[in-house]
Amino acid sequence: MSTEDRGPSMSTAFIEEPSDEELPARRMLDQDWRKVFNYGLLLALVLVFVALTNMPVNLDHRMLIEPIFSMGYLSLFWLPAVFGLVVCREPVLAGMPSHAKGSREVLAGSLVGLIGGAGLSVLTFLLDNFNLRDPLVNWSPQLLELLSFQRDTAFGIAIWLPVGLVLGTFGGLAHLLSATVRRMLSWAFASVIAFAIFETVILDLSEGFAWLGAEWLVEELYFIRGGLTMHGAAVLAVVGGLFAAFGRDRAHRAKERFDALEGTSRTRANAIGLLVVAAALVILPLFLGGITNELLANVGLFVLLALGLNIVVGLAGILDLGYVAFFAIGGYTAGILTTTNRGESWPDWMPQFYWGTALVAVVILAALAGLFIGAPVIRMRGDYLAIVTLGFGEIIRLLFLSDWLGGYTGAAQGVTNIPGVQVFGLATVKGTDPRAVFYLVLFFCAIAIYVSWRLERSRLGRAWMAIREDESVAEAMGINTVNAKLMAFVVGAVLASFSGAILAAKVGSVFPNSFIILVSIVILVVVIVGGMGNIAGVIVGSVVLIGILGGPRQPGLLQEFSEYKLLIYGVLLIWMMLKRPEGLVPNVRRTRELHQDEYLQDAWLRGEIDADSEHTDDSHSNGNTGVLPA
Amino acid sequence: MSDTDGAPPLLEMRGVNTHYGAVHILKDVEFSIYPGELVCLLGGNASGKSTTLKTLLGMVAPTTGDVLLNGEIVTDESISYRVERGVTMVPENRRLFKRLSVKDNLELGAFLRSDRSAIDADLERIFEMFPRVKERLSQKAGTLSGGEQQMVAMGRALMSDPKVLLMDEPSMGLAPALVQTNFELIKQIHSQGVAIFVVEQNANMALSIADRGWVLQTGRVVLDDTAEALLANPHLRASYLGET
Repeated sequence: MSTEDRGPSMSTAFIEEPSDEELPARRMLDQDWRKVFNYGLLLALVLVFVALTNMPVNLDHRMLIEPIFSMGYLSLFWLPAVFGLVVCREPVLAGMPSHAKGSREVLAGSLVGLIGGAGLSVLTFLLDNFNLRDPLVNWSPQLLELLSFQRDTAFGIAIWLPVGLVLGTFGGLAHLLSATVRRMLSWAFASVIAFAIFETVILDLSEGFAWLGAEWLVEELYFIRGGLTMHGAAVLAVVGGLFAAFGRDRAHRAKERFDALEGTSRTRANAIGLLVVAAALVILPLFLGGITNELLANVGLFVLLALGLNIVVGLAGILDLGYVAFFAIGGYTAGILTTTNRGESWPDWMPQFYWGTALVAVVILAALAGLFIGAPVIRMRGDYLAIVTLGFGEIIRLLFLSDWLGGYTGAAQGVTNIPGVQVFGLATVKGTDPRAVFYLVLFFCAIAIYVSWRLERSRLGRAWMAIREDESVAEAMGINTVNAKLMAFVVGAVLASFSGAILAAKVGSVFPNSFIILVSIVILVVVIVGGMGNIAGVIVGSVVLIGILGGPRQPGLLQEFSEYKLLIYGVLLIWMMLKRPEGLVPNVRRTRELHQDEYLQDAWLRGEIDADSEHTDDSHSNGNTGVLPA
Repeated sequence: MSDTDGAPPLLEMRGVNTHYGAVHILKDVEFSIYPGELVCLLGGNASGKSTTLKTLLGMVAPTTGDVLLNGEIVTDESISYRVERGVTMVPENRRLFKRLSVKDNLELGAFLRSDRSAIDADLERIFEMFPRVKERLSQKAGTLSGGEQQMVAMGRALMSDPKVLLMDEPSMGLAPALVQTNFELIKQIHSQGVAIFVVEQNANMALSIADRGWVLQTGRVVLDDTAEALLANPHLRASYLGET
């Protein structure tokens, strides 16, 4: 949530160098009053909305810095600062002079903060005088208490105005700082927040690294009942700030050197990088505690799912909203074949299979299901296809729940007593040993990554991309679009079924409601947020969403946020679509394409595109003309 | 008609009727294209021009009648069967795979071919014909200018090693200056021995390069003659060439 330091730099990432000349700062009262007022109102609305989601109250017990600052207050405080910064942000175009920043920006920030604070003042007043608990479930005395800082209402009403004003002013002041100072401050702030938020996992890590003296460090940093200590926070801020000042440049230069590599040395560097990551993934879990390994295992399960969906949606362009069906089929098949406690309709003589043997059945059934569901769906396009797949996703779950198949699938009771996976008699992989689960997941993820990587570069992969771009033309090229699309469904289904089979062994039981439609949506969000059609992006998307926020049933790092998970998913998705449609880890080319207007505009401003150049005969006849002046 | 040398037509339609649901689109359409010919199909909106092309390529199945390729009835064969045997379509409005590179676009044209060395030789041939395309090889097709996109679209079609190119409104959406260049390109490809079947609304331009032409009206072939004769036809001049 605390991305304020990154926000501006991201959306202007493609416009690298601002002009040398700078226009003088505008006068303080030369404001765009309407914009300031609009931003203020928007901020007030957002603050009231956040307060009424009860996020502040629910998170108040979670101390960030003991004893002064809780996560509850953070959920409100970061907003005025961000709005105060954003209100005066202007697009910087390469080669175009821009105004220097001055008191005008600070005033705008302050005013926005003030209006926003007023919103909370009004809410505090209303909370004390009216009871709207009926429509608004979180309209509670606790919220009033929090908003009035545990004092009387009048204090609460009065205090939010200066608090908003000060925070907004901070946002506005950020314009005045030099880039380095701003970076240092934001890093200092970010490191304190990150260490405070990731307390659980850092404590968990410290147990594994106790031999390095990590425990002593952690005792110094954190307060016993949670939250950073004051001196811990101070140290972190200084370290973060210093890193921003010195270490970051070095990291950047290293990255530039890496990017400059070409040919074989680039391939070698990539290979070394890959090896290091692989080695880290194999060795690190040995030192990690149960919580972290559990998180990693969950992330891995979703990496598998997302890689599969990435083939269907990202490569072949088929918007499949019923993807969870294959996850369910994998889970149920593996569960039923390996458990002792399957539905009563199965014959008694049916043996209990080994998980590895069951996996063969899982793959075959998932592939058949892919064909079966894919065949009717594939002749449709676009919205129709999405809706129909959505239906199939529910049909599969309801079938498992129904009386008809209930005898085989245990209906609402599900399949239980699923044993763990025996690996060559060396270890038993089951939920009680998250490390072993992680290794099993890692193994399958490696397979999935390799398969995805190879397919992307294959003839079939090329056919998928052609279908994604223009199905009719792909067909006219002689591509058998029906077969290619079915293949995408089948490959996606098999990858999802692996994930389901591991889930069955991990959790030890499968129930129809483990496979609700929400799972499909979450996987899709992972793919979109990470970057569609991009393997690394899908992995990063899983780490960020599943690891940090948590999956549909899996707790993430921010367990306190689990109630607000879907809200945050939604906000993140909207923000991504507006600001970074290419995903967190963009494919460089795709980025260019999605931001092409910005590029062309910049190039024109720099004089690289000349409207009267030799291309006049044809190069401006379509598409590009939109951004070029006549 | 003029071709009585005994060679079978390359592509032929025999009594083709095509329906979209209850709507009768093509009515007893009959014509043939001989190897190396450049023929054009003229007609107003909704006269069935595009349906004719789709029927030839196999994207639409005729209700009755047959499509013949090299004398063989291919009415029930798949698109890929026909593409492999030398029928290729250049779709309306170019329709490149915009987010794929120019290279990928060209390679996709050769999707059904597997002889790597021949494909590479064809690539070289296309670079020779369109040096501009070679410069843009790794660029996204959607970022090219209109003229360059037209070259890639032609190149992509040529990559399938066609015997006959079916071109759907090649001049549609192009700037007037480009239309001329575009027809030059078509002539150039034709001169390499590829038969070309152009569907056009720009009748003047099409007839100026074609050997023969047909005029389609509400799904029926109403005129069928040499290009010169069609250009001189007063009826056609009145209705299509904008003269009174």
